[in-house]
Amino acid sequence: MQFSLGPVQYFWPKTKMQAFYRDAAASDVDVVYLGETVCSKRRELKLDDYLAIAHELREAGKQVCLSTMTLLEAPSELRELKRYCDNGEFLVEANDVGAIGVLRENGLPFIAGAAISVYNQHSVKRLVDMGMQRWVMPVELSRDWLRELLSHDEVTAVRDQFETEVFAFGHMPLAWSARCFTARSENRHKDQCELCCIKYPDGRRVDSQDGQRVFVLNGIQTQSGDRYNLINQLPQMHGLVDMVRLSPQAEGTFDWLQKFRDNAHGNAPVKLPAGDVNGYWLQLAGMVQHA
Amino acid sequence: MELLCPAGSIPALKAAIEHGADAVYVGLKDETNARHFAGLNLDASNLRDAVHYVHQHGRKLHVAINTFAHPDTFQRWTAAVDAAIQAGVDVLIVADMAVLSYIAANYPEQEVHLSVQASATNAAAIEFYQQEFGVTRVVLPRVLAMNQVRALARTTTVDLEVFAFGSLCIMAEGRCYLSSYMTGESPNTVGACSPAAYVRWDEQDGVLESRLNGVLIDRFQPEETAGYPTLCKGRFEVAGEVYHPLEEPTSLNTLGLLPELHKEGIASLKIEGRQRSPAYVAQITKVWRAAIDAVLHDPTKFQVQDEWNAVLAGLSEGSQTTIGAYHRSWK
Repeated sequence: MQFSLGPVQYFWPKTKMQAFYRDAAASDVDVVYLGETVCSKRRELKLDDYLAIAHELREAGKQVCLSTMTLLEAPSELRELKRYCDNGEFLVEANDVGAIGVLRENGLPFIAGAAISVYNQHSVKRLVDMGMQRWVMPVELSRDWLRELLSHDEVTAVRDQFETEVFAFGHMPLAWSARCFTARSENRHKDQCELCCIKYPDGRRVDSQDGQRVFVLNGIQTQSGDRYNLINQLPQMHGLVDMVRLSPQAEGTFDWLQKFRDNAHGNAPVKLPAGDVNGYWLQLAGMVQHA
Repeated sequence: MELLCPAGSIPALKAAIEHGADAVYVGLKDETNARHFAGLNLDASNLRDAVHYVHQHGRKLHVAINTFAHPDTFQRWTAAVDAAIQAGVDVLIVADMAVLSYIAANYPEQEVHLSVQASATNAAAIEFYQQEFGVTRVVLPRVLAMNQVRALARTTTVDLEVFAFGSLCIMAEGRCYLSSYMTGESPNTVGACSPAAYVRWDEQDGVLESRLNGVLIDRFQPEETAGYPTLCKGRFEVAGEVYHPLEEPTSLNTLGLLPELHKEGIASLKIEGRQRSPAYVAQITKVWRAAIDAVLHDPTKFQVQDEWNAVLAGLSEGSQTTIGAYHRSWK
């Protein structure tokens, strides 16, 4: 079982990003995803900056993948996407079907990210035939769903051609909109957002009127109010999941990476803190924490 | 420019045809479509009647088979495709690559439109579905601005269909998991958002509370109109302020954009609402028929009539309408 760091979903200042990836280089993570996946207006790091970090991480022995924008609308965003796809060195995670189209056209292999709607064995097989080397299943799917999907002949016949990856730690990306909710929360229009999301390194918390955490606002993305944490489910993943993804949090990501490693075989289970959930994996509502 | 109206039943379908729909879209009575609600949609025998009726009137019938097939019950989706084609429907509306593959392999002549649930928001995604699966029309998600719709209309060779009126999904459709986060059931997995089985209403001291699977979505004072607790339209708290952080209860209304949509050659205007009553479908269809006829007659003289807006406002969530993401100021 390998461990990966997903792309940073929040908008962090360049210095914080660089510090985070120095820590990543020094950590024992196997795979690191780099790139802006939420909002094309966030330009603290440009593609060239990411590529510089990618080279350092590679020299530190990490496999590096570039992760692309999820909601692609403007022609300028497609041009940037093509630059990611044409990087010439690193495997690319496609977070929109448009990226799969571009990569396939260039004869390049790809990773299908969790926001690509792949729910069954026939879709997996079709993408493997197009060059998919790794499949990150949609966050809302469960262990039972994954096991069922992987048991079908269409997939078992090509199982050696792709890896499976599961989003297992962090606030889950649940939706993308044309509207910027962080700007809205400050009464700003998106066009005059002044990149205010840089003030919220963990996003902005949304509570119900009786005080229950509901969502986290992260620009145009809406995340789960609670943090997904499958640390105690790792032992059930063997044979199904090749790679476990931790999504970078503003604090404590590498401590959790160590805890995940320690519990890969169930030797160091953790009592989940309040605010950590695991429902989706257990075929329950995503917001549920099951002991 | 086609007027495409929703129907969740034969009476609604007849209402749409009688009031001027060029085409009607329906779903089958199972989880293969994104309005999988109790008491709604057509079974195989209804579907044959629907085809007969629609063709008698020289119109077209589209069938939405637009959820994502489950690994253990893939046959339900292929059976839905087989049933629709055997019934003689004109168009299938599909989102899942697996279902698209099945149709392309088994019914290569079948006209297929890409459902909004496939979330194709850009030229590269549209080309992908066009090249891989031969879709001839794409239903655009409600996240695009008019200038983005225009750019797509001018760069792609497929027909484009846009949402003209109805409930406003503010998230990119087909990639929204908010509903399953709260209830375990989502549009992609069961064909329903914020399912009614999880809704609870409580009244205390005149204040009405709506909950979804126990989560407080909104509180209504006696003078307020209470809306269905669709979770993205709830009132929540951010940093001490209670408001609608995602969206107010409001409906999409693009009447004012009609001349522009017409100018860009948009093939079809879709009215949302297969869950609505025949009376709703009749009223909405009548207004949009009149509006489209006015644009087709002379786009330069088109003006939105007050009585159209009055009817539409009466049929809207919270009696409010918006042009949503089509205009940048909404974002």
